[in-house]
Amino acid sequence: MRVLLILWLGLLALPLRAEEVIAGLSQRSVALTVNFEGSEILIYGAVRREEPLPDDSDLNVIITIEGPPQTTVVWRKARRLGIWVNTDRQDIRAAPSFYAVATTGPLREILSQDADLTHRISTRLAIFEARGAADPMERASFTEALIRVREGQGLYQQHDGGIDLERETLFSTRLTLPKTIVEGRYAARILLLRDGEVIDEVETFIDVRKAFLEHWLTNLAYEQPFLYGSLALFLAVFFGWGASALFRLMRN
Amino acid sequence: MQVYLPIAETSVNAFTLLGVGGGVGMLSGMFGVGGGFLITPLLFFIGVPPTVAVATGVNQVVASSISGVLAHLKRKTVDLQMGTVLLIGGLIGSLIGIWFFNLMSRLGQIDLIVQLSYVLFLGIIGGLMLQESLRALIRSKNPSAPKRKLHKHYWLHNLPFKMKFRTSGLYISVFPPLLVGMGVGVLAAIMGVGGGFIMVPAMIYLLGMPTKVVIGTSLFQITFVAAFTTMMHAVTNHSVDVMLAIFLILGGVVGAQIGTRVGLKLKAEQLRIALALLVLAVCGKIAFDLLWPPAELYSVTVLGRF
Repeated sequence: MRVLLILWLGLLALPLRAEEVIAGLSQRSVALTVNFEGSEILIYGAVRREEPLPDDSDLNVIITIEGPPQTTVVWRKARRLGIWVNTDRQDIRAAPSFYAVATTGPLREILSQDADLTHRISTRLAIFEARGAADPMERASFTEALIRVREGQGLYQQHDGGIDLERETLFSTRLTLPKTIVEGRYAARILLLRDGEVIDEVETFIDVRKAFLEHWLTNLAYEQPFLYGSLALFLAVFFGWGASALFRLMRN
Repeated sequence: MQVYLPIAETSVNAFTLLGVGGGVGMLSGMFGVGGGFLITPLLFFIGVPPTVAVATGVNQVVASSISGVLAHLKRKTVDLQMGTVLLIGGLIGSLIGIWFFNLMSRLGQIDLIVQLSYVLFLGIIGGLMLQESLRALIRSKNPSAPKRKLHKHYWLHNLPFKMKFRTSGLYISVFPPLLVGMGVGVLAAIMGVGGGFIMVPAMIYLLGMPTKVVIGTSLFQITFVAAFTTMMHAVTNHSVDVMLAIFLILGGVVGAQIGTRVGLKLKAEQLRIALALLVLAVCGKIAFDLLWPPAELYSVTVLGRF
């Protein structure tokens, strides 16, 4: 709270221009360490404005966090010979590996469809399907399934009303990055809205990196797979043989 | 305490992992089985992607069989000639298995293939084990029952390219051991198991090898085939998770030591029935997941990930 207060006082001293958003994050980097269990990020900020508050419209804030995009395939199962088998697929050209939207109110009410299309805010619009032979209805059902599955895993989140907005000036929210997030640069967008339109937007980034050992292991696995395989075998032989040798020593 | 698995890209509870490794290690100490056929499906159940579970399972097999094979080599209870023939078959089989595994991965069917092979093999092994141990239980109560005759000659043994296996005292064609080794190699690549549960009976009943060299020779083949398969998975799929392997191995070696001691104090027949029931339960769980209508018909795979 003290941070917010200082931020707010600082704003008062500045020469006033339009309605603008200023934001901060509780952390700019997340390390995927051995005991990583997920991470909570506090996003806070303030609105600075030159005019007194207009009475006829409400101020709204939307915050999105978007993980690095991935090419994905959504499979649908059907019963074949009594067992459930993946039968149909829809390719997704790019789907964010993580996507969270927090708002000050119901997304459909505070955001016009046009603004959503331009700024690609709702989860549905953050996903780019590949063009395929399947008819649009079919394609949509696969994309909705992708959202449903990932919502279940905490990878896609929508928190309508998840942002606290105080006196139309100070706002804050907490978003949870689950333990299954991938490495990369996560973009955090803070959008200011009036009458369904975006009036200001800032973007900042969160770096999600594997910690030293994990990073080194993954790199080795993908770039020097033969060396990595040898390491895996060495460890297996070392521990497998070493441990039983140790137990033999202990018994004697 | 959670452990982040860098290759599987998720975290799992460290004690769950040590428990899986330790529990299976105990069973392998008690029964002299490798336990790969239990580790891999247990990893599925705790949320490790099947591709990673298979590749890491086969890495764990190397650790669990290495000290055994060294002990057998020292005691000279390894038929190196037979072991080499089985190994050549195993390497060929492993290559075929890896090729098939990667093909099915691309087609999005690998999870299904792995699960189906587990249902099939666990069902067969569990069923046979249960039958065998029930029969042994009856036999121990009724000692006058006739014994089975060992070492019969089949037409298989008379195929061309006959070879003398001195340690085993056999003069048979190289094709049966090659085929046995190959089958085991395919299983190692697709299921992440050592394959002892198939090879040991095949060596005794099909090849007619004397029992005293069977375990050592099969461990000899398993160690090298598992090492080769680990390397192939690491190079082609990048799916071996070293962090996961270490926890399984540590749990496994400690579990095996406890298991060996516990096993000496318990009655073998009852234990064998318990193991058979456990294998059937794991088989049933996987089969149930395949047969029961899933709660979510859709699933998501990410290119280049598991």
